[in-house]
Amino acid sequence: MQCPKCRGNMRTYERNGVHIDQCDGCRGIFLDYGELETLTRMESQWSQQHAAPAPPPPPPAHGAPGWGAPAPHYGGHYGHHRQRSWVGMLFST
Amino acid sequence: MGETCGVDETLRASGELIDELGRIGLRYGDAPPVVLPTRPDVVIVRAGSVVVKAHAPGAGREPLAARMRAVAGPELRGILLEPVTGEVMSAGDRLVTVWPAGTPVDPEDPDAAPWEAGARLLAGLHSVPAGALPPLPPAGGPARVGRTVARLASGPAASAAERVVRRAFDSLPGLPALPGPTGPTGPQPGPGLPHAAGERPAGPCSLAHGDWHLGQMVRVRGEWILIDADDLGVGDPAWDLARPAAWFAAGLLEPEVWHRFLAAYRAAGGCAVGAGGDPWERLDLPAQALTVQLAAAAVAAAGREGRELDEVEQVLIDSCQRIVRFRSACHSADTQ
Repeated sequence: MQCPKCRGNMRTYERNGVHIDQCDGCRGIFLDYGELETLTRMESQWSQQHAAPAPPPPPPAHGAPGWGAPAPHYGGHYGHHRQRSWVGMLFST
Repeated sequence: MGETCGVDETLRASGELIDELGRIGLRYGDAPPVVLPTRPDVVIVRAGSVVVKAHAPGAGREPLAARMRAVAGPELRGILLEPVTGEVMSAGDRLVTVWPAGTPVDPEDPDAAPWEAGARLLAGLHSVPAGALPPLPPAGGPARVGRTVARLASGPAASAAERVVRRAFDSLPGLPALPGPTGPTGPQPGPGLPHAAGERPAGPCSLAHGDWHLGQMVRVRGEWILIDADDLGVGDPAWDLARPAAWFAAGLLEPEVWHRFLAAYRAAGGCAVGAGGDPWERLDLPAQALTVQLAAAAVAAAGREGRELDEVEQVLIDSCQRIVRFRSACHSADTQ
């Protein structure tokens, strides 16, 4: 079978009953019909068996609290510095 | 975005009150009185070198008198503005105090705001043991959170934003309960907690301004100084850092400004957070509480003005949402 993306040769693997084809060239993976659902089912079975407690919130990074705005957020609002509500908030009870 | 609900508009607009403040101003000041802009429940008249302040309706005389005794003494000199007179006067049903006039922080240029000076003043204030001052009531910070949230709609009438703010409030431990005729609905201090959040006995590191923001500093004779003793009292001083901490955590205040403020506070020996280590161990709860308060005030302001939340206000609601998620994740991690 030929890779639909790079035209490389695709090799077939069988892993725990899931049939996958992987390209030797670009390492892309092709799933047969229904295989994605099989993987999802197996994953949820696995996590039920290994019912891990919800992970605690990640430790604060760079001196910010765990509930702080995610990093990409930073910079997003600073352009609105002249916004009336922001300046008002800086100066009011 | 101040505390505006419940303001008697007739009183606010009352020429009589302003005239009376003007007469008091002329007694102590040296120029014709003019009204200064301030929050809607307070009236301030300037007469040259003094300002006359009519405190919010319903302010108690005894707590204000206690706070005036504290700021009139020598312990807070150079930190918190001393009044012209320690006397609490009356104009109609309002309590009135007289202060030296100063130059406020320029709201047109918030980037140039004296964050470091504010940090140093707060560090100085916090280094004064509450026990060294005449007896003070509790600082005003924690109680304001519940008062602000209590003004939001509840039940089916509540908007999505109001529900998020209320959920965030309910997730915070140990805050004073919501006031109101229906009785307390907020979380109560647990039996294991000797003091509600923000409250503490009058030992070292127990004095708080109670309402710090950039409008709470003026320049007098070239030096910045804290103003407004209305919420001064015994409490956890970390609450005085909570507003900027909340703004930073929400992604509104530039990290660079926040870290400058925090570094200046620590360099000045501020006791509310340790000299090193993670400041959020002390700041987390107060900053979350202030986020809830700011969000509640934002929702109320938008409602009054009959408009949608603007982008800055929505950022506060998003922050409340993260507080709810964070608190429930902490809770489930704690109990497993």
